[in-house]
Amino acid sequence: MNLPKMALSVRDLHVSLTGQNVLHSIDVSFVAGRWTSIVGPNGAGKSTLLKALAGLIPVTGSIFLFDHELVSIDRKRRAQQLSWLGQNEPVSDDLRVWDVVMLGRMPYQDWLDAPSANDHSLVETALKATQAWYWRERSLSQLSGGERQRVLLARAMAVQAKVMLMDEPIANLDPPHQVDWLEQVRCLTSQNTTVISVLHEVSMALHADNMVVMRAGRVVHQGACTDEDTHRAVETVFDRRIAVHSLNGQWVAVPKL
Amino acid sequence: MTHYLARRSPLLIALSLLAFCLFGIALGSASGSTGFESWFTAMSDDTAWQIVWNIRLPRSLGACAAGALLGLAGALAQGLFRNPLADPYLLGSASGASLGVAVALALFGGNPFATELLVRMGLTGAAFLGALLAVLLTLVLARGVHHTLHLLLAGVIVGVVLGAFVSLITLFRPDVLQGMQGFLLGSTSFIGWTSCALMLGVLLVCVVFAFVLSRVLDALSLGEATALSLGVPLVSVRVALICVLALATGTAVAQTGLVAFVGLAAPHLIRSLVKTKNNWIVLLSSLMGGVLMLVADLMARMLLSPQEMPVGVLTAVLGGGYLIWLMYRSQTTRSLQ
Repeated sequence: MNLPKMALSVRDLHVSLTGQNVLHSIDVSFVAGRWTSIVGPNGAGKSTLLKALAGLIPVTGSIFLFDHELVSIDRKRRAQQLSWLGQNEPVSDDLRVWDVVMLGRMPYQDWLDAPSANDHSLVETALKATQAWYWRERSLSQLSGGERQRVLLARAMAVQAKVMLMDEPIANLDPPHQVDWLEQVRCLTSQNTTVISVLHEVSMALHADNMVVMRAGRVVHQGACTDEDTHRAVETVFDRRIAVHSLNGQWVAVPKL
Repeated sequence: MTHYLARRSPLLIALSLLAFCLFGIALGSASGSTGFESWFTAMSDDTAWQIVWNIRLPRSLGACAAGALLGLAGALAQGLFRNPLADPYLLGSASGASLGVAVALALFGGNPFATELLVRMGLTGAAFLGALLAVLLTLVLARGVHHTLHLLLAGVIVGVVLGAFVSLITLFRPDVLQGMQGFLLGSTSFIGWTSCALMLGVLLVCVVFAFVLSRVLDALSLGEATALSLGVPLVSVRVALICVLALATGTAVAQTGLVAFVGLAAPHLIRSLVKTKNNWIVLLSSLMGGVLMLVADLMARMLLSPQEMPVGVLTAVLGGGYLIWLMYRSQTTRSLQ
């Protein structure tokens, strides 16, 4: 049997923040070229896991990015292979949209390099993909929350990394742009990019290929989004207050009243 | 806010500020008790030449350079700490620099306005160390840079405590007191060519470093996690930027004493003029600092003429007013939202 290639795999991961254990003994892997969503109730440790995967916080245990241990990868190479989109980061308003997205090309530039023609065209592609091209000359202060989020998404896409990590990428987006985001993720995975996202919207998360279900700092289940067991695990971690149903060929989570 | 802010050309603003600087220096070299007359007779009259070349010109040029150093330090501090109120004066680094000068004077004697290169460099080095120590102390007290209020409080505390040490030193060493007094008020009247050369040299070094490191400030404006994910060596770059900040502040303070608020106001004024990347912000803030200081210096000389005010008194009053206006404006815009 041909085992699927793993983009990121985690073994016996423990994380403590400010003296408290936040993640306990996590073993999980993410299939390359697929979209995996991480769900769970508030405080389950989803964002912490994502930060650990991005190499942004100190951990014990091991994380492998493809075949190499994450900590052993050179800082610049890691930045080229892993792209990160954080949640509610305090972003200063002063930069122009174009300059923000160009920062995504930073892992490929040396200290005094001017952006190459390739950088320019990739920034343009990313801005057009998130429909932010029209605002490229504006500063972030002139955009609404959702518009900003699309610019930040374009910034993360401009890295052209093999693995994209996104924390709550659609929290500020209106429904049409949430659907746009789904299509962009599909497009990314079709180009063999691995996407890992933390999502609060369970119905959106069910559109992923695979799902990691977390509660209280542990991974309680991982499996395909179409899998019965996955649906039951999601219902369980949310105290059976939601139910997963099939609707016109899609899986949706609805409140259980 | 409209689109034009992002479209204004930084280059055009830089050139206008540079023109302002040159005009200010020319005006500064022509103002004084003998007025423009010395300017026109300088070629033939030796005394007039002395006044223009050895007193007025270095003073104006030095004021401009000191302002540029403070503006640069302010822009770096605001970008690095991602805090719009970070400023060499409010972070306590200026007080640290003046403590460095006081300690050096108490230990080795001398006059804070001496003109020998060696003395100037020694005082500048002491001021640099003092500034560095003060910034680190502020950061430790504030436990990081994220909480604006903590940072400001810590900066004020460090400023007051280090200021008290300066007073203590001057109390025990009355000979130091006399020199320090003019110094603590901030003064441009004693800048000679040595100080000018020193400040311009350090300014050049700081601008080059700041320009190279400014891309990190851009990345930092998207948040620390994003900057890290982009491969920025955050720790070493922070240390480097704090050193540049302390060097710029220390050098300015060692030559002109405590001049408040120029470092705060210059980057703010630039950001209200243009939205651009940090390499331009740093450069423009530096030029703006030079212009502000020249204006303050000219006003200090003219307002009570023939008497002179210490320039630091003037910037404190003007800058304090500006800070209050900023706070008032941010409160009103917040209540409008």
